[in-house]
Amino acid sequence: MSRPGGHGSGRGERAVVPAAEPRSYYGRPILKEPAWAVPDVPVYLFAGGMAGVSATMAAMADATQRPGLAAAGRYVAAGGAAVGVAALVHDLGRPERFLAMLRVFKPTSPLSVGSWILAPFTGLTVAAAGAELTGRLPRLGRAAGVAAAGLGPAMATYTAVLLADTAIPAWHEAYPELPFVFAGSALASAAGAALLAAAPAEHGPVRRLAVLGAGMELAAGRRMERRTGLVGEPYRTGRAGALLRAGRVLTAAGAGLAAAGRLSRRRAGLAAAVSGAALLAGGLATRFGILAAGTASARDPRYVVVPQRARLAERGLGDPAAR
Amino acid sequence: MSNRLSGPLPDPAGDAGYPDGHPPRVGFFTDTSVCIGCKACEVACKQWNGVPDDGLDLLGMSYDNTGALGANTWRHVAFVEQPAASPDGGMRWLMSSDVCKHCTHAACLDVCPTGSLFRTELGTVVVQDDICNGCGYCVPACPYGVIERREGDGRAFKCTLCYDRTGAGMAPACAQACPTESIQFGPLDELRERAQLRVEELHQRGVPQARLYGHDPADGVGGDGAFFLLLDEPEVYGLPPDPVVTTKDLPAMWRHAAAAAVTVAGAVLASFLGRRR
Amino acid sequence: MAECHPVGFQWVMEAKARGATVIHVDPRFTRTSAMADLHVPLRAGSDIAFLGGLVNYVLSHELDFREYVVAYTNAPAILREDYRDTEDLDGLFSGYDPRRRHYDTTSWQYDDGWDETLRHPRCVYQVLRRHFARYTPDLVADTCGVPSELFERVARAVTENSGRERTTAFCYSVGWTQHTVGVQYIRTASILQTLLGNIGRPGGGILALRGHASIQGSTDIPTLFNLLPGYLPMPLAAEHQDLDSFVAARAGKPGLWGNMRSYVVSLLKAYWGDAATAANDFCFDYLPRLTGDHGTYATVVNQLDGECKGYFLVGENPAVGSANAKLQRLGLANLDWLVVRDLQLIESATFWQDGPEVATGELRPEEIGTEVFFLPAAAHTEKDGTFTNTQRLLQWHHKAVEPPGDARSDLWFFYHLGRIVRARLAGSGDERDRPVLDLTWDYPTDGPLAEPSADAVLREVNGRRTNGVGPASLLSSYTELRDDGSTACGAWIYCGVYAGGTNHAASRRPGREQSWVAPGWGWAWPANRRILYNRASADPAGRPWSERKRYVWWDAAASRWTGADVPDCEPTKPPGYQPPPGARAQDALAGTAPFIMQTDGRAWLFAPSGLADGPLPAHYEPAESPVDNPLYRQQANPVRERYDRRHNRLSPPGGAVFPYVFTTYRLTEHHTAGGMSRSLPYLAELQPEMFCEVSPALAAERGLAHLGWATIVSARAAIEARVLVTDRIPPLRVRGRTVHQVGLPYHWGPNGLSTGDAANELVSVVLDPNVHIQEAKAATCDIRPGRRPRGPALLDLVADYRRRAGIEEDPRE
Ligand SMILES: Nc1nc2c(c(=O)[nH]1)N[C@H]1C(S)=C(S)[C@@H](COP(=O)(O)OP(=O)(O)OC[C@H]3O[C@@H](n4cnc5c(=O)[nH]c(N)nc54)[C@H](O)[C@@H]3O)O[C@H]1N2
Ligand SMILES: Nc1nc2c(c(=O)[nH]1)N[C@H]1C(S)=C(S)[C@@H](COP(=O)(O)OP(=O)(O)OC[C@H]3O[C@@H](n4cnc5c(=O)[nH]c(N)nc54)[C@H](O)[C@@H]3O)O[C@H]1N2
Ligand code: SF4
Ligand code: SF4
Ligand code: SF4
Ligand code: SF4
Ligand code: SF4
Ligand SMILES: [Mo]
Repeated sequence: MSRPGGHGSGRGERAVVPAAEPRSYYGRPILKEPAWAVPDVPVYLFAGGMAGVSATMAAMADATQRPGLAAAGRYVAAGGAAVGVAALVHDLGRPERFLAMLRVFKPTSPLSVGSWILAPFTGLTVAAAGAELTGRLPRLGRAAGVAAAGLGPAMATYTAVLLADTAIPAWHEAYPELPFVFAGSALASAAGAALLAAAPAEHGPVRRLAVLGAGMELAAGRRMERRTGLVGEPYRTGRAGALLRAGRVLTAAGAGLAAAGRLSRRRAGLAAAVSGAALLAGGLATRFGILAAGTASARDPRYVVVPQRARLAERGLGDPAAR
Repeated sequence: MSNRLSGPLPDPAGDAGYPDGHPPRVGFFTDTSVCIGCKACEVACKQWNGVPDDGLDLLGMSYDNTGALGANTWRHVAFVEQPAASPDGGMRWLMSSDVCKHCTHAACLDVCPTGSLFRTELGTVVVQDDICNGCGYCVPACPYGVIERREGDGRAFKCTLCYDRTGAGMAPACAQACPTESIQFGPLDELRERAQLRVEELHQRGVPQARLYGHDPADGVGGDGAFFLLLDEPEVYGLPPDPVVTTKDLPAMWRHAAAAAVTVAGAVLASFLGRRR
Repeated sequence: MAECHPVGFQWVMEAKARGATVIHVDPRFTRTSAMADLHVPLRAGSDIAFLGGLVNYVLSHELDFREYVVAYTNAPAILREDYRDTEDLDGLFSGYDPRRRHYDTTSWQYDDGWDETLRHPRCVYQVLRRHFARYTPDLVADTCGVPSELFERVARAVTENSGRERTTAFCYSVGWTQHTVGVQYIRTASILQTLLGNIGRPGGGILALRGHASIQGSTDIPTLFNLLPGYLPMPLAAEHQDLDSFVAARAGKPGLWGNMRSYVVSLLKAYWGDAATAANDFCFDYLPRLTGDHGTYATVVNQLDGECKGYFLVGENPAVGSANAKLQRLGLANLDWLVVRDLQLIESATFWQDGPEVATGELRPEEIGTEVFFLPAAAHTEKDGTFTNTQRLLQWHHKAVEPPGDARSDLWFFYHLGRIVRARLAGSGDERDRPVLDLTWDYPTDGPLAEPSADAVLREVNGRRTNGVGPASLLSSYTELRDDGSTACGAWIYCGVYAGGTNHAASRRPGREQSWVAPGWGWAWPANRRILYNRASADPAGRPWSERKRYVWWDAAASRWTGADVPDCEPTKPPGYQPPPGARAQDALAGTAPFIMQTDGRAWLFAPSGLADGPLPAHYEPAESPVDNPLYRQQANPVRERYDRRHNRLSPPGGAVFPYVFTTYRLTEHHTAGGMSRSLPYLAELQPEMFCEVSPALAAERGLAHLGWATIVSARAAIEARVLVTDRIPPLRVRGRTVHQVGLPYHWGPNGLSTGDAANELVSVVLDPNVHIQEAKAATCDIRPGRRPRGPALLDLVADYRRRAGIEEDPRE
């Protein structure tokens, strides 16, 4: 029979943390896998982040007299927020279950904090987009847009805390970098959406945004995988690894194209469309990848046992029998 | 403040706002060295709490066919067959009844957005199924993999430490059913003293492997309300060797998120500066 | 014990906490072994060799408790010159008749003479020495597969923990009884415990861990064909024409059985009340008579042969639970009518629809003549009554809820059935109806279901003075029973449970509020005595053997017996008492005689009478064994009960075709034939499927995969089971070769939530000659990977195995 208390999960990758093949209970997971549904939650992360940055970008565009970009930003923000809420409600099963989130405000619960960001943000962006669409109440619309712009950055980053504030090793250990990965990804996605939605004439800032966002996401992601060692293994291996690699390539290509698009005047339209699509695809792939990595790291007890054992060893606490 | 999220916390119930004079914190000392693996605890729990069965599935994990704690198994008895440490060969058959730890710093409770999970006046951690909205956040938050959403129902379930019984001065169903007093219920302070004596006794009797798990208020979750005497390393029973409540790092997480948010704003700003194209 | 008596096992854990050494002797490493200080794996069916080895160890090292042995056992008795031992006859005792396969016990009797020096060559002690001399550590190793170092560790532990200051207890259950030599297993342990002075003393004894919650009760007030309440024998058709001839063998003889006439007459008065008079021999003639073996297996054979036409199954599931389940089902299928009273629709009630024989085509539902009546039964929680547990403790249980739907208690069923039958017979002049019409059948009923009062039944069992009425008339002890019809008592050993009009079975005084013997919890028969034969806890002069082990003793000042328990002798009989000539019953026993049920008041190391298969235990191989008997030319118990007939063939010894030993057993998670556990989700999920346990070595030898399927084949049948490969059932070295054992829980059958093949398909009907118990604990099989064939192909597989093993199956039978 599979030797319990013997060698649990038999896959012998070299542990970055020096440890013999860890023991486990029949190789079964110690943690429960995240209960969040795919695609609902990764889509929510993606759409929310994109919407957040788009709202801020729209306000800036508005302030710098780029009406087309402003409108595009407002529509993307509202659309993204709406999709985000829809995804969340779908994950919960029933709409009233989302309202239950607003029963209380709990600072210790990123989901509670997030709900209190998401709810007003959605309202404001929908208001702003509505005004844009109908042309009615322009002043209120602009005010809503400005307010949404204020919430935008939070929308783009709180979801990193949402994932990090769990016992899932790959997520929790990544908490210093994860917000920057999400921020970069959100910037790039927002840029990608704008590249598709707005007229090339107004693409200047968007292209810069794409490059900044992509650079930030890739840099932070690289640092995250480096630092987290064994715990970061799921980011490099398996389905998650593949998704994240794809995400990186698409994002880099999208950003590159965006930057290049600036030079070639003639093909501007097409280049913008392709890079925009690449950036959005990259953003989606990244979010799916990060979720998949969390699941993978919950599944294998090594990611729980090896680091915790190492921690104990540092404190000089091991098996009392061995002492 | 720090003790709100991690570190020793003498009185979680008081910390949760119960007035002075609330009852002392209760919990479990599960002494696995006297567990005979009869599973009376598992059955008594399901019977009393009306928990559905976990499905008929032969797992081949020695005599364990429920596998792990979850929405439909609130007491779980682990079985581990291993060669004996003793010189004259033979074997050991470890049995251990696992349960929700009712952590001093309960990640599940901290992250619950609806307030469905709450701290009772007895210092225990309970889900209110009429409030739970099935968001599932508590599930990955638990460092012990205890709480789980129930298939089809969507809401989260776990051991209530028999809130309905303990509130009425009765012992929890599992403790009541245990024939060998492997499950000991009572005020946590008393249990910790008793456990200390028991582990010393076992060491004197030549059982050096005996060790306590989850008894230490200074550990990563501020000590468990349900702690254990084990005869091997925790991971052998499917327990994390050194769990830490995730919310310990929450302030740092928010700081990093804030920095990232500022960077986002900066990046947007920056991209609108410069030449107009 | 942890597996099957988990609640009782808490006391073992408590003893362990106080420093007791726990040794577990079992072929498998079980939950009990996990808690034991020492686990001794041995070959199933070899315990007499193992225990015999311990007896030899005691005798050859003279470690017996000599004072106790001389004073309280029959060790000094001299045996007849014509007695021959297994030593002389290579595995047989004198008196064996090979034709009738039966022992004549004349030569086992005592001769005149008595030698307290225990030196006389024909004294029991010396016979014992010679008999067990060959049970050496090496022989134990060769027979049981127990290495001699391990054996000697056990021997030391047991002997060092016995004597004046210390006592050792043995607990056994059906791992010891379900053998063709089951009774002799227990005899060997008794001899050992008696030699060590461990009987009748605190912390000593042999505890039979009983089965169903009140199986003890159902032997005290028996569901057994050959006993009347209180272990009175059932009269025999030829020998017992009248009351005098019935009691002749015992009445007036020394010991408590000397009062047999009082017990019987009081029982007859309880049955037939005023109709029972001295003039009509107290209706002794109304009692049925035995014409032979009417045990369950004999009855199955009668069913197969068409002699038994109707059958009541009350709380029994033989289609799964009894040896050779096919034989059981074929028997049930050959009845006119069958009544099943059960909590669940068990296999014994549904076999005719979807039983294994229907699948193989051996039976066709439309051709089965048996009319099956299923009557739902009330469970113990739905009725009042008593449980008598393993330590003879009666404990009253109160009804918690009304039985659901049509479910009724068994008391309700039998009372109202009797009432209706009596109504039908009312006014009949036919003599043969008198026993039914004269019965006292006047139990009060209450409630909407007209439930008879269990309390009234217990009062009848307790007994009363026939002239009196009310609580005052209730008897308080069996010593009050008379043979003149002035007392009525349903079971003499239970007399006193209702003394003074109080239901003592319902006593619930907490332990902390009473002495450590706890006489205030429940009521133990006889006379609320917690340790039988406890007179032996004091020396012949009546002083405790040691302060540490004091229990009951003679208080010279008060000139009566006193102590922690009810003394098991007349309280005022001084240790120095010598019976006057002509004394009868207990008065005929000296003050030094603790074993008051015996005519000589002594423990029998050597049993001159009472056993069908020998005055001393000898190791015989199980009826099916892969090896030859290492001790004697006689392979198996010569007088075992065999039913060598179709569907019940046995494999020859040393089997090449059936090379492995299989044993059957229980799991904590299930109950017996499974009607009470396989149907409950909370229990079914804990052990969801039939499985077999094999060692890694056997798995490798036969290509069995953990969690894969295996087919296990015996000379009777083939079943399939999932495979658990585990070190808990190690291979053993026996007779110079490796013997593998296959472990089979026997809880499964086709009905319920958790289903599987029944282990009892494989088991044969071959029985112990004393108590007719099946040999379910040791037989031979083959095991192979994969599932068993379906349909008729299953029969072909088994037939092929039989052919290869050279076993004849006569289709004409
Ligand atoms: N949970 C649970 N409890 C029960 C029951 C149940 O079905 N389930 N049944 C009740 C009933 S009816 C009864 S009779 C009792 C029976 O109680 P037990 O006798 O304890 O039950 P078993 O498991 O049949 O047999 C005990 C052990 O005998 C071992 N054994 C087999 N052959 C031999 C042998 O030759 N020598 C020795 N030394 N050991 C051997 C088996 O490996 C097994 O571990 O349990 C009662 N209690
Ligand atoms: N191979 C193998 N065979 C064995 C054994 C073994 O160890 N190995 N053990 C043997 C032993 S010790 C025993 S005791 C037998 C047990 O074998 P069985 O007695 O045939 O099996 P059980 O399942 O105990 O049957 C008891 C039935 O009584 C029903 N019942 C429970 N309470 C009541 C009640 O109050 N009234 C009525 N009318 N019914 C009730 C239950 O639902 C259950 O179906 O098996 C024997 N057979
Ligand atoms: S063990 Fe898990 S579920 Fe139980 S209180 Fe702690 S965090 Fe919550
Ligand atoms: S699933 Fe229920 S209990 Fe768990 S965090 Fe969400 S609301 Fe709270
Ligand atoms: S305390 Fe109650 S709820 Fe918790 S495991 Fe025990 S019986 Fe179940
Ligand atoms: S009831 Fe007690 S002895 Fe039985 S399995 Fe549970 S903890 Fe162990
Ligand atoms: S089931 Fe009943 S009889 Fe068996 S151990 Fe439990 S309490 Fe005792
Ligand atoms: Mo039994």
